[in-house]
Amino acid sequence: MKKETMLQLGILIFGVIAPMLIPSLSFQISILWLMILFALTWDMMGGQMGYNSLGNIAFFGFGMYICAGVQVGLYYDLAEYTSPFTTINATFTPDQYYTGLFLGIIAAAVGCVFIALILSTFLFGLRGPYFAIGTLGVALAAGELIGAWEYIGAGSGISIPVHPGEAGEKTQLFYYLTLFAMIGTFLFVKWLYGTRWGLAMNAIRDDEEKAEAMGIHTYRYKSMTWAFSAFFLGISGALFGNMTGFIEPLEVAFPTVTFGIFMVAMALLGGKGTLWGPVLGATLFHVVKEVTWTYLLGWQWVALGLLIVLNVVFFQEGIMGWMARKWPERFGLSVDSHMSRSKQSEEAS
Amino acid sequence: MLDNIAILVAAPQFNVQLLLDGLFIGAIFALAAYGLALVWGVMNVKNLAQGEFVIMGGYIAFGLEKVGIHPILSLIPTIIIMFAFGWLLYVLIIRWIIQHDMFTSLLATFGIGLVIQQALNLMFGPEIQTLDSGLEIRYIMDGMVTVSEIKIVSFVLCCILALIVVLFMKRSRMGQAIRATSQDARAAKVMGIDTERVYAFTFALNAAICGAAGVLISMIWLIQPFYGITHSIRSFVIVTAAGFGNLPGVIAAAFGLGFAEQYSGFVLGAEFQQATVVGLLIVILVWRQMQMARSRQVVK
Repeated sequence: MKKETMLQLGILIFGVIAPMLIPSLSFQISILWLMILFALTWDMMGGQMGYNSLGNIAFFGFGMYICAGVQVGLYYDLAEYTSPFTTINATFTPDQYYTGLFLGIIAAAVGCVFIALILSTFLFGLRGPYFAIGTLGVALAAGELIGAWEYIGAGSGISIPVHPGEAGEKTQLFYYLTLFAMIGTFLFVKWLYGTRWGLAMNAIRDDEEKAEAMGIHTYRYKSMTWAFSAFFLGISGALFGNMTGFIEPLEVAFPTVTFGIFMVAMALLGGKGTLWGPVLGATLFHVVKEVTWTYLLGWQWVALGLLIVLNVVFFQEGIMGWMARKWPERFGLSVDSHMSRSKQSEEAS
Repeated sequence: MLDNIAILVAAPQFNVQLLLDGLFIGAIFALAAYGLALVWGVMNVKNLAQGEFVIMGGYIAFGLEKVGIHPILSLIPTIIIMFAFGWLLYVLIIRWIIQHDMFTSLLATFGIGLVIQQALNLMFGPEIQTLDSGLEIRYIMDGMVTVSEIKIVSFVLCCILALIVVLFMKRSRMGQAIRATSQDARAAKVMGIDTERVYAFTFALNAAICGAAGVLISMIWLIQPFYGITHSIRSFVIVTAAGFGNLPGVIAAAFGLGFAEQYSGFVLGAEFQQATVVGLLIVILVWRQMQMARSRQVVK
């Protein structure tokens, strides 16, 4: 336990001083914090509760659009602002900008919670792979519908208010906001897994019908857990939208085949159903991706797809799962050597 | 939107046009969906790369056209290439995911789909392509309704292909082995069926069917490296609506989807066509699940 505290402190210190040490990489590192947040929020559902969602990215997009809508809508008419024939010459004073951003992030988080609760009324009837396909459908549909909605700019998107300060200031501001969001998510998730709530989630994963028979109100746990992950994903979407400065439905807000599948791959790579697995997986994935990206000459997406396939097919336990199998004592698991030997021979026969 | 409905009521010829187009496109959807039902029913693998196989078939025809082979004739080489590709994919990857849970198969095939679409994008570029079959367009009902001959040809080819596949499944030794394996893999093994080979054949057959569907789609519609996912979703809509092993159901659902897409494209606008497919998927999944929930409440 002592080691874990030291690791957490180490990450915190690195996070705080990184933009001063390597300012040129601070944008990349803030993306890393978002990636960790993605993997953690996916693992709440997929790893701990056994509900593998392929469409969690929808909340990222909803958060982005809600935040942008609030930021612009507070001071201008949104329909006119996003129209291609706009006559508005939009300028935001620092005061307006920070108020809009603050309220926008809150609205994004709360809005996503409500959307998650509404979606869960009909999606949580679905079990197993049907849930995965259904959520994938929701994410795709969300992108398509927002892309057809004129009021918020349809396919041509919204340009986010420009940060009033200098260029470096903006990167730094959002760096610390993403770091803060990631740490908040991590601490929340860590706390949650230690409570009765976490136990109930695991019970649902292991056997939903038995859990229900034991008096666990499974629907309430499922929908609220989804709402929790939507809360943090909404915040991440709001931040990412502001970092890129321009949002549009298909590539930025609802990137189902990039971020949407990355979050699953990262959690699986690190080891799903563990606290540190998603953090480890996201870090490894993002670093390897960023380092090798430019050397692959256009074939990077193919390589990435292959990586996902290989990971899913041949290395499903993930790094944490592999380590737990290799050194079970370190994870507080005790193995009865006699039992395990007899079980092995049983499986072999 | 209401204006468009008013047009349909005032000029019934447009209905004929939409129904015909829905029929022609629905036949191809049925082909791809039958492949999915086959793989799903026999191997319990939910293939999310289904649409990518379709698009890949289209691009093989596109590549063959460049060396001078007519798209209709390229059906046969495409089927052979896709069959070999499916077999290879089975040996390399799918073999390992059959014993895993179903989410693994979804995610792994999604990854395969990503690889295929990106590779196609690198090889052929992201432009929207359509193959020219050289056949004419005919006008019926005073020129209000257009029917291109290639659509009729593709419809006929589609029916022939479907007939071949169905006869193969019913009559041939391999078809019987596939059906036996889907009923009870263990018993089939005991009876001396090489289930491993049956699985490989099933997956390869699915890839070949999809490839053929892709060639037809490339002639009567559009292909683009990233259009695959919508085709996958369509196959899922059809199979979940019909259930597998239900051939008439698959055909009916495919035509229904074809009509629904054409009508929503006309009434709501072309940008809602894809959203309709995805929306239908959610509606059908939820409806299916409601049926299943009713049976779940009965003591097992």
